[in-house]
Parts: sequence; C-alpha cells; structure tokens
Amino acid sequence: MAYLMIFITAIFVNNIILSQFLGICPFLGVSKKISTAIGMGIAVMFVMTLATTVTFLIYYTFLQPYNLKFMTTVTFILVIASLVQMVEIIIKKSSPALYQSLGIFLPLITTNCAVLGIAILTIQKNYTLLAGICYTLASAMGFTLAIVIFAGIRERLDRTEIPESLKGTPIVLITAALLSMAFMGFAGISY
Amino acid sequence: MSKRIKEFLVPVITLVIIVTLSAFALGYMYNFTFEAIQKAKDAKELEAISEVVNEFDNNPFAEKTTIMTKDKKDKLIMYPARKGGKLTSVAIKSYSNAGFGGRIEVMTGFNVSGSIKYFKVISSNETPGLGSKVDEPKFKEQLTDFYPHRQILKVKQDGGDVDAVTAATISSRAVLKAIARAYDAFSNFNSGDNNE
Amino acid sequence: MNKTSLDNLTRGIFRENPILVMLLGMCPTLGVTTSATNGLGMGLATMFVLMLSNMAISSIKKVIPDIIRIPSFIVIIASFVTILEMVMQAYLPVLYSALGIYIPLIVVNCIILGRAEAFASKNTIFQSLLDAIGMGIGFTFALTILGSVREILGNGSIFGFSFMGEVANPILLFIMPPGAFLALASIIIVVNKLRGAK
Repeated sequence: MAYLMIFITAIFVNNIILSQFLGICPFLGVSKKISTAIGMGIAVMFVMTLATTVTFLIYYTFLQPYNLKFMTTVTFILVIASLVQMVEIIIKKSSPALYQSLGIFLPLITTNCAVLGIAILTIQKNYTLLAGICYTLASAMGFTLAIVIFAGIRERLDRTEIPESLKGTPIVLITAALLSMAFMGFAGISY
Repeated sequence: MSKRIKEFLVPVITLVIIVTLSAFALGYMYNFTFEAIQKAKDAKELEAISEVVNEFDNNPFAEKTTIMTKDKKDKLIMYPARKGGKLTSVAIKSYSNAGFGGRIEVMTGFNVSGSIKYFKVISSNETPGLGSKVDEPKFKEQLTDFYPHRQILKVKQDGGDVDAVTAATISSRAVLKAIARAYDAFSNFNSGDNNE
Repeated sequence: MNKTSLDNLTRGIFRENPILVMLLGMCPTLGVTTSATNGLGMGLATMFVLMLSNMAISSIKKVIPDIIRIPSFIVIIASFVTILEMVMQAYLPVLYSALGIYIPLIVVNCIILGRAEAFASKNTIFQSLLDAIGMGIGFTFALTILGSVREILGNGSIFGFSFMGEVANPILLFIMPPGAFLALASIIIVVNKLRGAK
C-alpha cells in the first residue's frame, strides 16, 4: 500500500517535470516528436533507476559510515556521468539496434538534473532501497508520461496557426503551463 | 612505458588528483563550517521552542527527551520548559508526510493542563502564499487553548473543530495530523508519568 | 578596459542572456522563483559558483587531458557547489531551506558547464572571470524579474513587502507551478519584441 502511494504520488501528484521542475531541458528540447519523446523517456527510466540504485548503495556503504557526507554531490555526479558512459558502451557493443534508437539520448542524460535530483531526493527522503527504487521508477514514468503527452500536443501545434509573437518558445511554455494545470487536478487523490 | 599505457595513465592520474584535491578542500570546509551549521540549526529550533511554550528560565535544549506515541511506532522529541524549576509547558517536535509538498515538521507547545499553547511549522515544502498560510496567525490562533481530548483536532470538512486555510485543506489536514501525533505522544507521556 | 573585455562582460547581461535568450538552466529558473528574494538568492548563488569554476577551469586548462575534460569540469563545479552549500547552511539557513534541492542541482545547471566548455577552457583567467560575472548578472537579473512578477501577481508583495493589503486577492496561480511557465512565457514575449524592435 505504501509503495502504491509512492507510485501514484510520484507519477501524478508531484510530477517530476510539471510540479518539481526537474528535467525541464529535455522536456522542452526533445519533445518535438512522440517517437523521440518515448525514446528519451525509456533512456531516462533506465539510467535513473540504475543511478539511484548505485548512488544509494554508495551512500549507505561508504559516505555515511565514514562521515563523508560532504562528498555526496561530487560522488553522485561522477557516478552518474560514468554510468551513462558505461551504459552507452555496453549498448553499443551488445545491441546496435537499441543503440540506434537510444544512443543519441544518452549523452544528454548526464546533465539532466532529474537524474541527480532524484538520487539526492531518495537519500533526503530516507527511503529504504526498495522504496527508493520504486520512487525513482515512478518519477521516471512521470517524466515519460509528461514528455510524451507534451510531444503529442506539440505535433498538433505544428499544424496550427500561431500568433506571430508567440511563435517558438512562448507557445511551448504556455502549453506546458496548461499541461501543468491539468496535472494539478491530481492533487487530492493520494489522501 | 609504451605510448598506449601513458595515454591511459595520464588522464586517470590527473582525474584522481583532481578528486583528491576536491576531497581535501571539502573536508577542510566541512570542519570549518560544522559548528556554524550546528549552531544555525539549534538557533532555529530554540526560536521555534520559545515561540510555542510559556516563559521559561531553563535550557529546554539540554533537557530534551524522546517520547513514544501510544502505538509505540513513533519517537518524538520533547523539550520541557520550566520556570523556577517548575514544569509549565513542553514543546514537542512532530511531523506529517501528508502535506501538499510532502513532509511537514511542526513544533507544538502544550500546557501542563493538556491544552495546546501554540504551534509553529518548522519545515515544509508547501506552496508559498497558499499552503504556507498554515503558519500564519489566522490559522494558528484557532488552536490556542484548544483541548484535543474534548474538541476534535480535525478540519471542519472532516467533522472537526478547526477552520482549514482557504484552498489549502491538504496542508491544514497535514499540520493537524502532526499536532495530533504530538498530542498522542504527550498524553501517553503524561498518563504514564504524573509525578512532575 | 579594452573592447573585448567589455564585450565579454556585457554579452551575458542582455544580448546572450542565458535564460531569456539562450534558454539555459531552466530547472532552477522555474523551480525557485516563487518570490523575488528566492530568485535573487539563487541567481547570486549560481553566479558565485560560476565565477569560481570559470577561474579554476581557466587556470588549469592546459594540464587537463582532453578525454577527461568533462569529468574534471564536473568534479570542480561540484566541489564549489558543495562549498557553497555548506557556507549557506551555516550563515544563510533561511535562504538555504527556501532553495532546497536546487542548490546541489547547480552542478547540472547547463549554464555553468556550458560556460566552462565554451569559454573558460579557451580563454585567460581574467577574461573568464569577466564572462562569469556577465553571465551571472544576466542570470540573476532574469531570475529576479521572474521572481518579482510571480510574487507581485501571485502573492501581492515584492521582496516580502506586502502592498495589496486586503483590497484584492492575488492570483495564486502565479506562485504555483503553471504560473512559472506562464510568467516566463510572457517575459520572453516581451524580450523578443524588444529584440525585434531594435
């Protein structure tokens, strides 16, 4: 039950993009087409879950017992950067087809603040490993959900007449505002 | 040394040096700021305590104890406030995870008679200007001289005696939940240990 | 001051403003600007890290082998961010808790790594510092404006001073998440108009 609550809250109520503002760059940058949005979503889901698991283990086996908490940010970002690199190499070697579809997103993920953000939040929220993974997976699913819906809207937007001064960034931000408003409707459900 | 090994070793060693330097710098800064950070945290807590209890002349911080809720699930910290050696009120730090932005921590002051003196939200992620209004006098003063065992510590929508902050029912509920938890532990402590 | 120096200093403030023109560093921009004070605080915090990291990276640019360039930059930036975090926690606890998770996330702010990569790794220490100051001011400026707009509309106050009283209710939406997108969109429309008019 507690896990279900974590899931629903992280996907809908506290959606990582629309209410926590983590991972805005890919949300605005890689959301022109549904197919790329799905690819980005899956890549983020994979890297994020892996990253949180590894950082969680490092934090509780090294950083906390040896009183090295002040190295948290440095360690986490290094771990994430090298994980992304490793995943890229492994996928490239083992499955060229998968690399074709996901490879281009991987380098972008290092600077995706959602990955580091969720890794740090998992520690801050005092989750157990299982709850942490659950939370991470749900957050990543929330990310995918938001970015895919957003890409769907933007595909339509391309075929519409837009006032001159709203073209480009402004209309994208206004669309994001409306989507974020829609997600606010979920606010009450977990209680 | 062959060229390949050198090509591999130099970057690795450079990176290790950078990380080591950074670790030393951070360790130094950590020791340097450690006391100030602790002081800032303590000051914040002491300020919250003095806001919610009666006048005191002891150091509530030095006398803090942990108390348990009735179901033995939660340990809360209690700070006793004494005037002239006599216990006048206590502050209890409690929490709720049901806020709009997650965890809310509340410091609640109880009179020895069992009524609430005042409370203060010490940390929360509630929406500024909306959920954050649970820490404004209009909402808080409703609970001054509130007897949780006679009145119902719930918002009116749930059949209680407290007016929720307009448009912030979730935050109001969460704060009341935290206070109820504190009261639970307080009454548990009070009934088991009446000799004070 | 010669012309290039001046140009390096002023470029970030308006012409290449990191937020309003280049759309970098969006997460803290939208996340913390619920009030003018938070916007200003976040801007100055980022500027502090940007100045130190730009100078540090520029001074050791020749020693770092190319393939570990990015990881080294990240470690350097992360160290400065952690120092900032500890100092703020000790001496500015209120602002520290208001900015929350976004402080460690300065590490992945694209502006900082972007400036390190595009400018500091190719220029002298002094020019890199000027660049950092310019970009920092531009970032702070945009964040403060966004924070002010949201605070005025959404809370009826500015830098914490309430001016609306009980006369009218503020538009709460502006300090909630959708308001962040809306306010930024409006500001960018104005900026685009101004740039077009020139």
